[in-house]
Amino acid sequence: MPKRDDIKKILLLGSGPIVIGQACEFDYSGTQACKALREEGYEVVLVNSNPATIMTDPEFADRTYIEPLTLDVLSEIIRRERPDAVLPTLGGQTALNLAMELAESGVLERYNVEMIGATADSIRKAEGRELFKQAMLRIGLDLPVSDTAKTLGEAWKVQKKIGAFPVVIRPAFTLGGSGGGIAYTAEEFEHIVGTGLDYSPINEILVEESVLGWKEYELEVMRDRKDNVVIVCSIENVDAMGVHTGDSITVAPAQTLTDREYQLLRDASLAVMREIGVDTGGSNVQFAINPENGRLVIIEMNPRVSRSSALASKATGFPIAKCAAKLAVGYTLDEIQNDITRETPACFEPSIDYVVTKIPRFAFEKFAGASDTLTTQMKSVGETMAIGKTFKQSFQKALRGLETGRFGFGADAKSDLYADWSDQDLAAALGRPTPDRMFQIREALLRGWSVEKIYDISHIDPWFLRHLEELAHYEDEIRSAGSIAGLTADPALFRQAKEFGYADKQLAYLLKCPEKAVRDARKRIGLLPVYGLVDTCAAEFEAFTPYYYSTYGDVDEVRSSDRKKVMILGGGPNRIGQGIEFDYCCVHASFALREAGFETIMVNSNPETVSTDYDTSDRLFFEPLTLEDVLHIYEREQVWGVIVQFGGQTPLNLAAELEANGVNIIGTAPANIEAAEDREFFQKLVNRIGIKQPDNGLSTTVEGAVKIADRIGYPVLVRPSFVLGGRAMVIVYDESALSKYMKEAVEVTDDRPVLIDKFLENAVEVDVDCVADGETSVIGAIMEHVEKAGVHSGDSACIIPAMSLTPDVQNTIRAHTHALAKELGVKGLMNVQYAVQDGVVYILEVNPRASRTVPFVSKTIGVPLAKLAALVMAGHTLKEMGFTKEIIPKHFSVKEAVLPFVRFAGTDIVLSPEMKSTGEVMGIDIDAGMAFAKSQLAAGNPLPDKGAVFASVCDRDKETALPVLIDLDTLGYTIYATTGTATALRNAGVKAQAMFKIGEGRPNVLDLIRDEDVSWIINTPSGASPRADEVKMRSDAVLHGMPITTTVQGLKAGVEGLKAQRRLRRMDVCSIQEFHRHTGFKLTIGKKTSTV
Amino acid sequence: MAEKKQWNWRERREKAAFLALEDGSVFRGHSVGARKDGLGEVVFNTGLTGYQEILTDPSYSGQVVTMTYPEIGNTGINIADMEARKPFLSGFIIHELNEPQNWRTDMTLQQYFIENDIPAIAGIDTRALTLTLRSAGTLKGVISVEGKLTEAEAIARAKAWSGLDGQDHAALVTVPEAFAWDPDGKLTQTWGIAESLPTPTIKLVSYDFGIKWNILRRLREQGMDIQVVPAKASAEDILAMKPDGVFLSNGPADPAAVTYAIDNIAKLIGKLPMMGICLGHQLTGLALGGKTYRLKFGHHGCNHPVKDLATGKVEITSQNHNFAVDPDTLPADVKVTHINLNDDTVEGLACEDRKLFTVQYHPEAAPGPHDSRYLFNRFKKMIEAK
Repeated sequence: MPKRDDIKKILLLGSGPIVIGQACEFDYSGTQACKALREEGYEVVLVNSNPATIMTDPEFADRTYIEPLTLDVLSEIIRRERPDAVLPTLGGQTALNLAMELAESGVLERYNVEMIGATADSIRKAEGRELFKQAMLRIGLDLPVSDTAKTLGEAWKVQKKIGAFPVVIRPAFTLGGSGGGIAYTAEEFEHIVGTGLDYSPINEILVEESVLGWKEYELEVMRDRKDNVVIVCSIENVDAMGVHTGDSITVAPAQTLTDREYQLLRDASLAVMREIGVDTGGSNVQFAINPENGRLVIIEMNPRVSRSSALASKATGFPIAKCAAKLAVGYTLDEIQNDITRETPACFEPSIDYVVTKIPRFAFEKFAGASDTLTTQMKSVGETMAIGKTFKQSFQKALRGLETGRFGFGADAKSDLYADWSDQDLAAALGRPTPDRMFQIREALLRGWSVEKIYDISHIDPWFLRHLEELAHYEDEIRSAGSIAGLTADPALFRQAKEFGYADKQLAYLLKCPEKAVRDARKRIGLLPVYGLVDTCAAEFEAFTPYYYSTYGDVDEVRSSDRKKVMILGGGPNRIGQGIEFDYCCVHASFALREAGFETIMVNSNPETVSTDYDTSDRLFFEPLTLEDVLHIYEREQVWGVIVQFGGQTPLNLAAELEANGVNIIGTAPANIEAAEDREFFQKLVNRIGIKQPDNGLSTTVEGAVKIADRIGYPVLVRPSFVLGGRAMVIVYDESALSKYMKEAVEVTDDRPVLIDKFLENAVEVDVDCVADGETSVIGAIMEHVEKAGVHSGDSACIIPAMSLTPDVQNTIRAHTHALAKELGVKGLMNVQYAVQDGVVYILEVNPRASRTVPFVSKTIGVPLAKLAALVMAGHTLKEMGFTKEIIPKHFSVKEAVLPFVRFAGTDIVLSPEMKSTGEVMGIDIDAGMAFAKSQLAAGNPLPDKGAVFASVCDRDKETALPVLIDLDTLGYTIYATTGTATALRNAGVKAQAMFKIGEGRPNVLDLIRDEDVSWIINTPSGASPRADEVKMRSDAVLHGMPITTTVQGLKAGVEGLKAQRRLRRMDVCSIQEFHRHTGFKLTIGKKTSTV
Repeated sequence: MAEKKQWNWRERREKAAFLALEDGSVFRGHSVGARKDGLGEVVFNTGLTGYQEILTDPSYSGQVVTMTYPEIGNTGINIADMEARKPFLSGFIIHELNEPQNWRTDMTLQQYFIENDIPAIAGIDTRALTLTLRSAGTLKGVISVEGKLTEAEAIARAKAWSGLDGQDHAALVTVPEAFAWDPDGKLTQTWGIAESLPTPTIKLVSYDFGIKWNILRRLREQGMDIQVVPAKASAEDILAMKPDGVFLSNGPADPAAVTYAIDNIAKLIGKLPMMGICLGHQLTGLALGGKTYRLKFGHHGCNHPVKDLATGKVEITSQNHNFAVDPDTLPADVKVTHINLNDDTVEGLACEDRKLFTVQYHPEAAPGPHDSRYLFNRFKKMIEAK
């Protein structure tokens, strides 16, 4: 069946900000969908609130709305655009839920919009627990014993039916299992049931028999409207049931099933697709298998493209999202060609001849107080994938791709971490899934514990454990070579070690020599990796897509070319502080350089990204970003230049060593990038230019730190040197807190001292992004932060253009920025952070590299800064490309951070110099207040437009907060307040109801929250360290999904937003293509004008 | 504490066994099977699961099978999943041999190799070997594990061997005597296949040219009482048994060499409802007057898309063949019903007037997807409609 011609215009829904459970995989799927649909001649209207995505680049859709993903906004967009169809299956749970709202509210019907990719009925059947269960029983599939409950009483009834603890609680319609969990006791049961009911938008939970410890599988399935069905990939979890699949180590394909067993999973998946009624797209189906007897139960299915589909696509080469988009417009699988083989159709099941391992990346160190036990609620913030010939090779590659300081399965600097643990502690650790468990298993194996014993405690399948056992014991085999000379004399042993996936770093550790000695020895005997192709067909057909992985083998399949090659190093797994923004920059570099005639080579290990789409670059190497892996590709490909400034800290950390090994790094010299982080250099630099800096010092001792603080005065900002995302950065207000920090908070070493800065209170913080070519430097934007200095720039909202800065201050900032670009010899991007206190501009830091705000700025001003920067690095000038003047837009853009506190119960939500956000949204409007209101709506903290607020403002904020609270009163809100705040308000003539402080009596704010008598909490923290009662209040509010404002500036901006909403009455929407008409930039390379 | 485990790392490194191909290439590994050299046509199979079924599929007689998936042996060997009374292939090539982990495991893969006298090599770069076979086509090869042959001698031996063209291997693998399939249901009613069986209503005779047991299981599941007869059973003998239908099985090597079967099938066509699979399909093509030809490297895997030309629907199929029927050589009343979407080769034939249909692929799967299982029911209905 050919494509449908009864639809012309398709509305594609994105997934919004990066949050835990919904990351850049939906940028990957959405971008593929945009390309596929436009290739077929459809007009695409895209909505996504996340500016850091490739899909929201103006050239990917006909109309791109960076607007909040809410029912009202979507209704307005539909009214304005009149699309024929809406496609919600490529934008994660967010898009699916939004589409259901659009359907149920009658909007789709009113404007005659058809839902394609999935029907409302099939979504309901797949997502509603009870409907799903009935559907599965109809097709004869077994499920864990379960029932839905809408109250605690009903939940207890179900538990009685199951008859035993533990039981699993799953809220309906939530993302990544939010609010669910496993209850082992009655007390836990009541607690989790309560949370689950709260989290579910329909207040419904599923109480379910536990299948903890069973084997877990997932199948990626595609079905078309002729009922052709294919399994793209099977995935087996290394962690047994009980750990969310997003938090599990997983491998593809499934390893421990016979064909007969696997085919039963396949049959069941096909039956599920047919019964649920997914007939134009991809889905995943999850199963559990009892390892004792093979009993198969179905766990769930998602009638949409998912994180696992991105993984499956990268693991097999099969572009699921692209095919799903084509199926949605009427094609059938046999009508779509397989891009990789070109001659075979997409209607087949990929076969692979390697093993893929995915390992999640966590950020528990950011969330003090939160438990690092992995449960059915997803907590990981990113993931890495590795391709290797065998499980061992792929597993070790994945561990080094994780970038957590490990270079494989132990045998590295952190090798002896658990050596002094008691057997008892070790056994307890093996039974508790955490990010470190694999290394604890290694310790147990080194102690000679049997696979059977470890299986009994951990439930990790013995098949995997035996491989780990072999690796643990193989360390002695490597050591038996005695030295690197000994190993070199035994090339067979050397090669076997490499086949087992050992990194040079590990061999160096085991043989006590430098890494370079291992590399040199290998080169001497010609022991180099070969590159295999990811070809969807296990070499059965010729593959054309240059998608490679390294292994040790007999044949290298890289096709050589003589073109000038630029290698772009990606950012590896997402983490807090390094995510999609950097992938965006890498992708832009590749696009721009390809267009300029270079051959681009992408190296990255993150399967969620657009950069690891085989379409993005001329060649893709899916490899860990370590010196060893990168150098090999560089040498194999005879690369001309390498870009390290786009992938965040990952490539920067490699830059010096790469350069030392003769790599040509293009753009700003690595020495200058590093120098900017060097305190002494930086101080001299700013003094030379005449820029003020907050008073500061550095120390490796407690005494030294105290002395410095005494000199410059408290409060001071303290942080370790060389960090990303403000790791371990805090503001301390007195000596005792400082001493505590120095003693406990960070590992201080002689070459890594602690930096101590005077903290500028009540200063406005400013971010500047700029691009320079060595001659010219042009400011992308001056961004004014909403929160005052002291909140990490990644966590604070900011606005373009700056609102409160005087022209003089702005000009000073400009002059400083240009001077810095010149002094640092910037060729590429540079980000500078300033603080403005009483009209004086201080510099906080400068980073001559891509920053998180590059995509936000680019989308605001309509100039692709990262593309320009990449072209500059390759020798083009800004003049030649037509970008010489700062563009100050007529509209306002607000970036707001999105925070993951809801996942980390027990952690305080107050913003600090340590970055905690996972993603961002953008609000764009011609009215500044409305732009801010949109950003809040998009970030999922919409402020209530009426009702009651609770305000508790600390003394030093009272003066500034008071006028804003008076505004709220004028707007008609009822104000509850703690005694102090209430008194101040009453004195100003505002009626405010005084409440008890928590612990001093009732009713207090906790009652207000529980009874939902208020709908907004305003709480500026009182002191240096949070008080327990405030933490409790804030976390209760988070659990109830109540907006909390923790800074006066945030409050001010919020109230401006509310005023704008009242004034303008409705929220207008506008595409960025329309906004950009006013900024009017066209990128020119040579004579060619390119669409940007 | 458990006894210290013995590892065979050194043996694996020494790579004392090798596979030598007629084109002069040599792939080195270590022996994991019987201490016996092997000789055969080297083919590759791209299935991700099902090495046991592949190993016991008689159609591989005369061949050395390479598994493209690198981790093999993961689930060991179990009695229920056997596809024949014994393995007939000449050797097995894998990348890595694993200890098994599965609740149905009865023995390790290595034990099975040794007990059944199958030479096998692990440690081979199977992708490199597959690339060689893809570009050169199927090659003759020698597995050397005994240590008696030099590489040059092994290459010479591979070259000197006549190969499978013109070879009748059905005669080598077929049962010596006719037998009734699974009268007590114990071979059919196994885990994952069927929990209960219908009372047989149809009397079927099945030729054994190398039949896979899952074909018999699936036919039995349809309510057929099956008498399995040797490859050389005559048409007259079969007609004398007065069956309701005849089944023509899969089998090894070159269909054109099985001349007696072609003659017998020609005599049976039109007299009894007939279904054929794989070699049975090719033999039918020949019996109808058509011709067969050799494919470059054949189809061996579980992921081949086959289109049913009548419905337009695509089935993902299990395949294992080196020869194919040339559609241009068939008589007018024979319809091509299915084609392979990868290379447009013939995958199915039918002649409604003569109550006959055959498929090149394996609807019984084992290993592979169950998409085509409906064909057994179609056969049942065809018989019932007489």
